[in-house]
Amino acid sequence: MSSVLFDVPGPKARTRNVYMNIVTLIVVVGIIAFILFRFYQSGQFTAQKWEIFTFPRVQETFLKAIGATLSAFGVAAVGSLLLGIILAFGRLADTKWLSLPCYWFTEVFRAIPLLILMMIMYYGLPSAGVKGITPFLAVVVGLILYNGSVLAEVFRAGIESLPKGQGEAGLAIGLTNGQVLRSILLPQAIRAMLPVIISQLVVIMKDTALGFLITYDEILKYANLLGSQGQYGSPVVPALMVAAVLYVGLCLILSGVAKYTEFKMSSRVKVVKAKVGMAG
Amino acid sequence: MNVLLDNSDVFLTGFKNTGILFAFSAVFSLILGTIVAGMRVSPAPAMRAAGTFYVNAVRNTPLTLILAFFALGYPRLELPQISFINAAIVGLSLYTATYVSEAIRSGINTVSVGQSEAARAIGLPFMQTLSLVVLPQAFRSVVPPLFSVFIALLKNTTVAAGFSVYEAGAIRAYLSERGEPLLPGLLWVALMFVVLVLGILTPLQRYLEKKWKVAR
Repeated sequence: MSSVLFDVPGPKARTRNVYMNIVTLIVVVGIIAFILFRFYQSGQFTAQKWEIFTFPRVQETFLKAIGATLSAFGVAAVGSLLLGIILAFGRLADTKWLSLPCYWFTEVFRAIPLLILMMIMYYGLPSAGVKGITPFLAVVVGLILYNGSVLAEVFRAGIESLPKGQGEAGLAIGLTNGQVLRSILLPQAIRAMLPVIISQLVVIMKDTALGFLITYDEILKYANLLGSQGQYGSPVVPALMVAAVLYVGLCLILSGVAKYTEFKMSSRVKVVKAKVGMAG
Repeated sequence: MNVLLDNSDVFLTGFKNTGILFAFSAVFSLILGTIVAGMRVSPAPAMRAAGTFYVNAVRNTPLTLILAFFALGYPRLELPQISFINAAIVGLSLYTATYVSEAIRSGINTVSVGQSEAARAIGLPFMQTLSLVVLPQAFRSVVPPLFSVFIALLKNTTVAAGFSVYEAGAIRAYLSERGEPLLPGLLWVALMFVVLVLGILTPLQRYLEKKWKVAR
């Protein structure tokens, strides 16, 4: 850990750091102990409240709920990436007729809260006579419109951060504008922007939980349903704890997979660079 | 237009409470986020670990779940009861603080090494280096990311509508109770957010960014 904010600790600073460590530990352990104690005191750890999670039916439905969350995430992630690429290309187009609408599209859909978008889909459109809108469709379309707009900005920033020579070289060897974007600029932009794209994917995963508020049968909705079971002592807190573990687990797995691909991709680039270096 | 005029009371109360949620959560998350950012760059490893754990745990949890915990789970813990709007403020602040802390931490990294080296050379200890020299400069350079965090916070306040808070996201429920057309009502809500974000916060962000730019 090289920090610019403090010197390499001397004997005095080292003892002070030890004290600070101890104080932090006491405070953190104190907070955690208080929360656990409250949970224990109010009977959140009694067998009655956790019994419901041992039923095979309940576990199966939890798996189904995880499946619902993952399917909404999968469709929304692919859709947002595609919409993002299309909007980014639109914004970089030479004609104002294409770039201006794309600009306003991204600005407006980034300004509207995602929940309001989902409500417009789920409550607004059917009230205006549009039929066949399921909660799944509302969640996915809302996620795609919002995250597609965010990702469009990310792709555009990535493409604009590339050296100008890249696009010019492509044009010089006779590629069309579209070919330059597709086969030269976009692959490099995606690699440069991978960390941001990944964190946006985690955002999509988290935002699927908004589906709970428009009656999509995902993890949080099922947890809430279990929490209201009176004959099992209304295990609201246990159910939310299970849901939290599932969400954090899914997000950490996603970031783990993403970090791994990032590592793979960057190590591939390094090999190429090393070879070039040797040749020169 | 009729939906808006006939139900102006619903829209007014809704957006007033959105404003309350936004203002209080912004202040609390700014304070908490600054403390957490300070912990994450502090010389004590335990403080760094505690800050990192908090940020990673909360950032990987959906806001809906956090608000659900404070609105539905907290009352079961037999602690002093709090109103739904206060519960939402606590949840939003805890959630947003992690993003604030990440923004400020990245700002601390942009302050040039010479600044804190000079502060140390004249004998300032860590807390004073941070609070008198580094943070004032870091705050200026984090205006754009911090504003993005607060714009996200403004939009996130709508989630509280799912947990019994009468704010902009709940306007739909009240309109539907009165049998008003929902699509135009929801489009008005969306339009107001567009005006708030693109018409007020984004220009303010550009203005402050220009005004507080650090000459380097």
